[in-house]
Amino acid sequence: MRIALFITCLNDTLFPRTGKAVVRLLERLGHKVVFPEDQTCCGQMHYNTGYRRDAQRLAVRFVETFADADAVLVPSGSCAAMVRDNYPRLGAPGSRLDRAAAEVAPRVLDLTELLVDVLGVTDVGAYFPHTVTYHPTCHGLRLLGLGDRPYRLLRAVRGLELVELAGARECCGFGGTFAVKNPDVSAAMGADKARRVADTGAEVLCAVDNSCLMHIGGTLERARAGVRVVHLAEILASTEEEPARI
Amino acid sequence: MSATFVGMPAFPEAARAATGDAQLRHNLRRATHTIRDKRAAVVGELDDWAGLRAAGKAVKDRTLRHLDVYLERFEAAVTAAGGQVHWAADAAEANRVVTDLVLATGERDVVKVKSMATQEIELNQALAEAGITAYETDLAELIVQLSDDLPSHILVPAIHRNRAEIREIFRDRMAAWGAPAPDGLGDDPRALAEAARVHLRERFLRTRVAVSGANFAVADTGTLVVLESEGNGRMCLTLPDTLISVVGIEKLVPTWSDLEVFLQLLPRSSTGERMNPYTSTWTGVTPGDGPQEVHVVLLDNGRTDVLADTVGRQALRCIRCSACLNICPVYERTGGHAYGSVYPGPIGAILTPQLRGTGGAVEAALPFASSLCGACYEVCPVAIDIPEVLVHLREEVAGGAGHRAERAAMGAAGWVLGDRRRLDAAQRAASAARSLAPRHLPGPGAAWTDTRDLPEIPEESFRSWWRRRSGPGEGAR
Ligand code: SF4
Repeated sequence: MRIALFITCLNDTLFPRTGKAVVRLLERLGHKVVFPEDQTCCGQMHYNTGYRRDAQRLAVRFVETFADADAVLVPSGSCAAMVRDNYPRLGAPGSRLDRAAAEVAPRVLDLTELLVDVLGVTDVGAYFPHTVTYHPTCHGLRLLGLGDRPYRLLRAVRGLELVELAGARECCGFGGTFAVKNPDVSAAMGADKARRVADTGAEVLCAVDNSCLMHIGGTLERARAGVRVVHLAEILASTEEEPARI
Repeated sequence: MSATFVGMPAFPEAARAATGDAQLRHNLRRATHTIRDKRAAVVGELDDWAGLRAAGKAVKDRTLRHLDVYLERFEAAVTAAGGQVHWAADAAEANRVVTDLVLATGERDVVKVKSMATQEIELNQALAEAGITAYETDLAELIVQLSDDLPSHILVPAIHRNRAEIREIFRDRMAAWGAPAPDGLGDDPRALAEAARVHLRERFLRTRVAVSGANFAVADTGTLVVLESEGNGRMCLTLPDTLISVVGIEKLVPTWSDLEVFLQLLPRSSTGERMNPYTSTWTGVTPGDGPQEVHVVLLDNGRTDVLADTVGRQALRCIRCSACLNICPVYERTGGHAYGSVYPGPIGAILTPQLRGTGGAVEAALPFASSLCGACYEVCPVAIDIPEVLVHLREEVAGGAGHRAERAAMGAAGWVLGDRRRLDAAQRAASAARSLAPRHLPGPGAAWTDTRDLPEIPEESFRSWWRRRSGPGEGAR
């Protein structure tokens, strides 16, 4: 299958290793990844902060760039949710953006949806000999409804021991510009989440969103907790021959 | 109660103090998690919860769409049953109506059933100015009143207090308001409840006027409905001669069969009970039984403006169950006072700015007091998409004068992100300077680096890696 990758501006700029992992994983599974180079940003930060007009411009770019794609893979739960959940209410009813958004939205998939629902695999042949705990990020959980997909994928990874995270459904406190506008509450939420992650004794915290991982990871690192944060794609791309660097 | 939210700092600043208060955070965590878990258990045992929730939403939407019709129907039914309806456009008018009604009875004391509408209009203060003392009879409201405090939760206004603090308040303050606390009062819940019972009983038997709100108003029959747990409401609604109820115009439901839906949704969402202990309904005056003078004050106070906003109006579906407060990770850390209004938590963050406008600093900060995690929407029994309304209100605020610098920054970010070449150039600049990246950022960036490390900037962006890997011309469609 030919899969168009929307890397997201955050992954593109700060976490290219996640993108590389996605490419390696999908090619290993026998699929072709394309990267439409006109892509930039889904507009989530602008939309969520109240800058609808800026978000609309970025959304127009997105829907034009991915108009012909059969499947658009977005390795970030919140960006996938932005397109699927918010694009349909971003343009004026009946506008070009509105129609194009309705067209493209259903083809936008998070990595776990692409693998489990579209490609029909849960065992992707990965090897990752570490204890891992999973944080279901809010938009993956409540907007995309990822359910048990990430857990099924993780359980099928050889060598991986999955440990349960207490209070998993609770927000980590990132929230985009929330982290800057309400730093005290964000930090308090982050500290509680980080403590619970550390309490699991896992070596690695995994999620489908690098923005939340950046927040929790930054908090863990400041506390010298010794837990690494790794995007799910990197775990699934990891093999005996080419193990993920953690 | 003389305490007031006026003059409180905006949310981020108020939250800073709250998050630093370890006792407060402990009290809140315990209390919210207890109710949260109870709710989840009783909601989980119903297999038609989703259907009930959809029905609740639909009934409220239908009622709000034709609110004028139902309000007139309600007025006619109340009047036919011997009650009197008064219309109040705003808080000042409602306060004036209630004050005049009380003064006309010649009484100077009123007992109160817990009510958000009277909190919203600060009725107690208005009555006090006219020489009338309002006595709160709900246990938690009593605690707040005795300690000259402010409510911090819709259902449990004293949720920020623990048992030891409540004992202190009863011991030190009860005597000033009526029957004193018994000697050697302990802090176990039974002893505290008994002390409140003795204190209040005497008040119920002496007071001739009561003021209440209502959870629902049935348009068909002109019936008001109050759900409660302690029985204090039942006392207030039956013993006095005069009963005055202040009711927001959004409280209407068309018929008793519509009411049935909410009698199932509210207790489970609110206290986590299958059914609340007391449900009182009254329709005008029943000769020889209960209050012989019954007034209903229908309160607008900004509600018709909210109704005019097609995105924001869903907030008027709210049945004040508090489920969104109890689940909210932000509320759990800050408590209710930080929201600067009698409506705290997620619902307060969308209701207060709509009722009062976003002009003030407190109101303008509220739509941002959320990480948009969506837990509130998930538990809301009438499916109010609180994150959607928050974002909608953020737009209104971001367009305002206080946001010029942010608007410019967002515009600049939008410009860079609006074109792949500009984004590429920015990424290259960042990668080239990566060894210079500081550990602590100045200015607004400090909000991040005060408590978190920054990720390392990679040697090259994904797109630059992709280009190298695929060769020129490849990869682009
Ligand atoms: S918004 Fe929904 S959950 Fe919150 S108090 Fe109102 S009805 Fe309850």
